[in-house]
Amino acid sequence: MYMNPNLFLLLLLGPILIWLGVVYVGSLFSLLLQSFFSIDEFTGLIVKEFTLKTYISLFSPSNFDIIIRTTSMAFVVTIVSAVIAFPIAFYMAMYTSKKTKAIFYVAVMVPLWSSYLVRVYSWKLILAKEGILNWLLELLHIDWLLDLVLHIPVIGGGTLSTSYIGTMIVFVYIWLPFMILPIQAALEKVPTSLLDASADLGAKNQQTFWLIIFPLTLPGIVAGSIFTFSLTLGDYIIPGIIGSSRFFIGQAVYIHQGTAGNIPLAAAFSVVPIIIMGIYLYIAKKMGAFEAL
Amino acid sequence: MANNSTIAVKFEKISRYFGEIKAVENLSFSVKEGEFFSMLGPSGSGKTTCLRLIAGFEIPDSGNLYIHNREMINTPPYDRDVNTVFQSYALFPHMSVEENITYCLMLKKINKRERLKKGEEMLELVQLPGLGNRKPSELSGGQRQRVALARALINHPSVLLLDEPLGALDLKLREKMQIELKDLQRKIGITFIYVTHDQQEALSMSDRIAVFNNGQIEQIGTTKEIYETPRTLFVADFVGSSNVIHGKLSEQIFDKNASFTIRPERIRILPLSEETPSNQEICISGKVTDIQYQGANFKYMVLLDGQHEIVVQQQNLRPNTKHLFQPKIGQEVRLVWNRLDSNEVIL
Repeated sequence: MYMNPNLFLLLLLGPILIWLGVVYVGSLFSLLLQSFFSIDEFTGLIVKEFTLKTYISLFSPSNFDIIIRTTSMAFVVTIVSAVIAFPIAFYMAMYTSKKTKAIFYVAVMVPLWSSYLVRVYSWKLILAKEGILNWLLELLHIDWLLDLVLHIPVIGGGTLSTSYIGTMIVFVYIWLPFMILPIQAALEKVPTSLLDASADLGAKNQQTFWLIIFPLTLPGIVAGSIFTFSLTLGDYIIPGIIGSSRFFIGQAVYIHQGTAGNIPLAAAFSVVPIIIMGIYLYIAKKMGAFEAL
Repeated sequence: MANNSTIAVKFEKISRYFGEIKAVENLSFSVKEGEFFSMLGPSGSGKTTCLRLIAGFEIPDSGNLYIHNREMINTPPYDRDVNTVFQSYALFPHMSVEENITYCLMLKKINKRERLKKGEEMLELVQLPGLGNRKPSELSGGQRQRVALARALINHPSVLLLDEPLGALDLKLREKMQIELKDLQRKIGITFIYVTHDQQEALSMSDRIAVFNNGQIEQIGTTKEIYETPRTLFVADFVGSSNVIHGKLSEQIFDKNASFTIRPERIRILPLSEETPSNQEICISGKVTDIQYQGANFKYMVLLDGQHEIVVQQQNLRPNTKHLFQPKIGQEVRLVWNRLDSNEVIL
C-alpha cells in the first residue's frame, strides 16, 4: 500500500502535537493572558483590556502575605523532605540486597496507592488534641515538650492540627516519595569505582561523602526538590484541612476563580509558582546542580 | 630490575571468598621493590581480587598481607601507601582534570598554589600540559588514561597498582602506552603491579609475571621463564601458543610417558630427503594438512602418525632465500627441533 511518509508522520504525531500545543501549552498561555485582564469592581465583570492592575493587587498586604506564607512553607517542606529522604535513599542505594531493596520500594510507594484525602484526614486525627500523638506524649510524660513547641509564635498554635507545624508535617509526609526516588536513582548511578578511587587517594568515608557522593547526587536532590517545592506551592487541600486556616496560593486561586469570580486574580496567583520555580531552577543551575548530569 | 632487594608486597596464605565462590585461595607470593610485576590470567582467575586486596578494597578472609614489611590487614585504603589506576579510570566527572589530579593534595590541605604547581608538573610527566581546566568528559580515552596515571602518581606511592589500564584503548594506542608505561616505571623507579589478561602486554612490559588460574598462581617467574619453561600446561597454553605432546607419542619421542610442550616457532620444517640430524635434535615426520598465511608468518599444520597435529610457525622470508623450504598442502615433511626446546609440564 502506498502512503506518503510525511502524511503518515503527521497522522502519528498530529494528535500528540495538538494535545501538547493546544491543550497543554495553550491553556497555560490563556492563563497567562487572563492574568493581564482585570475585574470591574462594581459589576464584577471581566474587563478584557491589557492592564497590570491585577498584578499590582498581588502586592496588597493580604495577597502578598499568602505568597510569602506559601513560599516559606514550600521552602521548609523541601528542606525537611530532603533531610529525611537522603538517609533513606542512601540506605536503599548502598546497603540493601535486591530483596530488601524491593521491600523498600514498596514501602515508599504504598502510600501513593491510597487516596490522598484519606491520608490527609488520618493525619488530622493523628495530630488532633485528642489524637494518638498527644496520647502517646502524655503516656511518656513529655507532652510539655509539645506545649513548648506549640507556644513558639507564628509556627505554633492551639494544637498540632491547627498549626503551621502540622501543615508542614503532613506536606512532608505526602511528598516524601517524590524526594526519595530521584535521590535514590542518582545515588545508584554513582559508580563504586569512584568511591574506591577516593578512598585510594586518601579520603576518609566522610570526605568521600561530601566531595564525591553528595555533588554527584545533587541533580537528584534538585529533581526531588522541584517536586516537593512545586507541589507544595500549588496544593490547596492540605492547608485547608490541617493548619491555621490562613490561605495558601492554591486556596486563593480556588476561591478567586470560584466563589469570588475574579478569574484574572486567580490567574495572576497561579503565575506566581511558575515564576518562583523559574527563579529556583535558575539559581540551582548557577550553583552547578546540573553539572554532573 | 630488582634483585635481592627489599620486598614491596607480600601475600602470606591469603584466602578471599565471595559467598561460595573462592576468589583466591591460600595464596603466598611476594613482589620485590622497584619491579614491574604483572598478574596475568583469564577473567575470574583472582588477579583483580589480589589487586583489590593490596589496595585495601577487599579484606582477606584469612592470611596476612604486608606492604614494605608492615602488616596491612587492618589498614583502610586511605592509610595505605599505594595508589591505583582503575580499569575504567574512575575519574571524578564533576571535577576538572587539575582537581582530579590534585585531589589527594586537597585532602592533605596543601595550599592552592602548591597544588596547581604540582598538578601542572604531573600533567607534564604524562604529556598533557595545559589540559588542567578540561573536564574528564572532554578528553579522549588515551588522555583519560594519562590523567588517571597522573592522579595515582602525584602522591609518590611506594607501589602503583594498575588494573587493566590499557584495556579500553585501541591496539595502536595500547602499544604506544605500553612503551610509555615501561619508560615511566624505569624513570620513577617505583613498584608497578599490573593486572592484565593480555599475555603479550604482560610479556612486553614486565620484569616478572604471576600466571593466575582459578584463584591460584600457576607459575611465577621472569618473562623468559614463563614463556620458555612453563611449569604447567595452563601456562604453556595461556602465554603464547604451544604444541602439546603426550601419551604414546611422548613415549616414542622422549622415552617417557609425560606431557611436553614445544613452541611453534622453535620447530623447523624440512624436506624428507635431508640427512639425519644430530642426537641433540628431535626429528619426526608428518604430512602438511593446512597452511595459514598470517602476514609476518606462515603457520603449517602437520599431522603425525595420523592423529597428532603439530603447529609449526615459519617466518615469511623472501621466497628465494637460501635453504628456505616452503612445503605445499599434502606434502610429507620432517619436523626438527632441539631437545632443549621441548619442555615437560604438569597437567
